[in-house]
Amino acid sequence: MRKWRCVICDFEYDEALGMPDDGIAPGTRWEDIPEDWSCPDCGAPKAEFQMVLVSEAA
Amino acid sequence: MSTATLTRPWHDRKRYLWLLGILAMLLPLIGGALVDATGWSLFWWSTPLFIYLVVPALDALVGEDRNNPPESAVPALEQDRYYRWAVYAAVPMEYVSLIWGAWVAATASLAWWEYLGLAISVGMVTGISIAVAHELGHKTDPFEQWLAKIALAPTGYGHFFSEHNRGHHVRVATPEDPASSRYGESFYAFLPRTILGGIRSGWAIEKARMARRGLPTWHWRNDVLNAWIMTPLLFAGLVAWLGWMALPFLLIQGIYGFSLLEVVNYLEHYGLCRKKLPSGRYERCQPTHSWNSNHVFSNVFLYGLERHSDHHANPLRGYEALRHFDDSPQLPNGYAGMVLLAYCPPLWFAVMNPRVRAHYRGDLRQANVAPRLRAQLQTAARAA
Repeated sequence: MRKWRCVICDFEYDEALGMPDDGIAPGTRWEDIPEDWSCPDCGAPKAEFQMVLVSEAA
Repeated sequence: MSTATLTRPWHDRKRYLWLLGILAMLLPLIGGALVDATGWSLFWWSTPLFIYLVVPALDALVGEDRNNPPESAVPALEQDRYYRWAVYAAVPMEYVSLIWGAWVAATASLAWWEYLGLAISVGMVTGISIAVAHELGHKTDPFEQWLAKIALAPTGYGHFFSEHNRGHHVRVATPEDPASSRYGESFYAFLPRTILGGIRSGWAIEKARMARRGLPTWHWRNDVLNAWIMTPLLFAGLVAWLGWMALPFLLIQGIYGFSLLEVVNYLEHYGLCRKKLPSGRYERCQPTHSWNSNHVFSNVFLYGLERHSDHHANPLRGYEALRHFDDSPQLPNGYAGMVLLAYCPPLWFAVMNPRVRAHYRGDLRQANVAPRLRAQLQTAARAA
C-alpha cells in the first residue's frame, strides 16, 4: 500500500485507508481512483498529486 | 463541412483588458505626473481616490459579466502563454512604483500629508500586487513561485506564499481558518486575528515540511524564511541608497499594502461555512463557500480574483478561465466598493448580514459565526 501527497496543500492519500467520505473504499489503489477525483482539502486535480512512497508493498 | 465553419469560434473579449492590471501598478506615477502638471498636492492621493471612488462607481455603472468561457475553449486558454506574461509584467511595474516612490519620498521634501498620500498610493500598488503573487503562487512552476515571492517582498508578506495554499485553501470557510471572517466579526476584530494567525500558520506549515524533508527549520529552503528575507534586504538597499527619509515611506506602504490584502480576505468568505462530515473532515470546498463578484471593472485590475467561488473550488484554474456560478453568493459591488463598506462595520453588517442569513435561509447554525454571537444564538434557541 502506498501514500500519495498533494503538491499544492500536502494532503496525503493513503491507499490502505481509502477515502470513505468520497465513496472510495479502503484498499483502493491510486490507479483505480477516477480521473475526475480531486484533492479533498484544496481541490487540486488528481494529476497534481505526487507519489510519496512511505514503505515498499509487503 | 465541419461545424467550426458554421459556428463562430469563441473569442476572449477580455484578452487585452487584462493588461490594465499592469497599468494599475503605475497609478502612483500617474498621480505624480498630475501633481507636476497642475501643482495640486491633492493628486498625491489620486491612487486611493481612484480605487475608492472611481472604481466602485464604474463597477456599479459597467456592471457584471456573468458569461463563462465555453468548456471547449478552456484548455487552449490555459495553455496560452500570453495570459501568464500579462501577470509576470505586473511585477517589474510594482517595483517601478515602489522605487520611484521611495526616491520621491527621500528627495522631494514633501509636506507630511503629501508624503503620506504617496506612501498610501504605493501601498495600494504593493497590496494589489499580493493578488498578482496569489495568481503566481498557485502554480507549480519554480519561476512563477519565485516571482510570487518577489511580488510579496515590498509588503513583508512572504509567508502568504506558503500559508495561502497549504493553510487558507485547506481550512477556508471553517472556524479554524484565520483568513476566513465570521458572521458578526468586524474588520477591526478580524485584522489582528488574521495577521497573527497567518504568520503562525505559515511558520507551522514550513516547520512541518522541513521536518518531513529531514532539514532543520532554520534553513534557506524554508519558504517562509527565504521569502521573508527579501524584505529587509530590499528595504536596507533602498535606505542605503536614498537615506533614512525613505524608511517611513517603506514601512507605511508595506503595512497599508498588507492591510489591503487582509480587508480583501475579510470580504471573500464572510460568514460562510463548510459542513463537518461524520468522519470529522470538512466537506469539499464548493463555489458556495466564497463570495463571488462578477463586476467587470475591478475584476480586470485584480486578474479575476473576484471570481473567487470558482477559484477556491478549482484552485489550479487560470484567472482567464474562472467561471461564474449561479448558486454562489454574490457581493453587491466589486472588491473596491466592498472594502469601503468593510472599513465601516455598521454599514458592512447592515448590507452583508442579511445576505448571509438569506444564503442559509435564516439558519445561522450553518454559518461561520463569531463565538460571541454563537453563544447568544444558542441561548435564544434554548429559550424558543
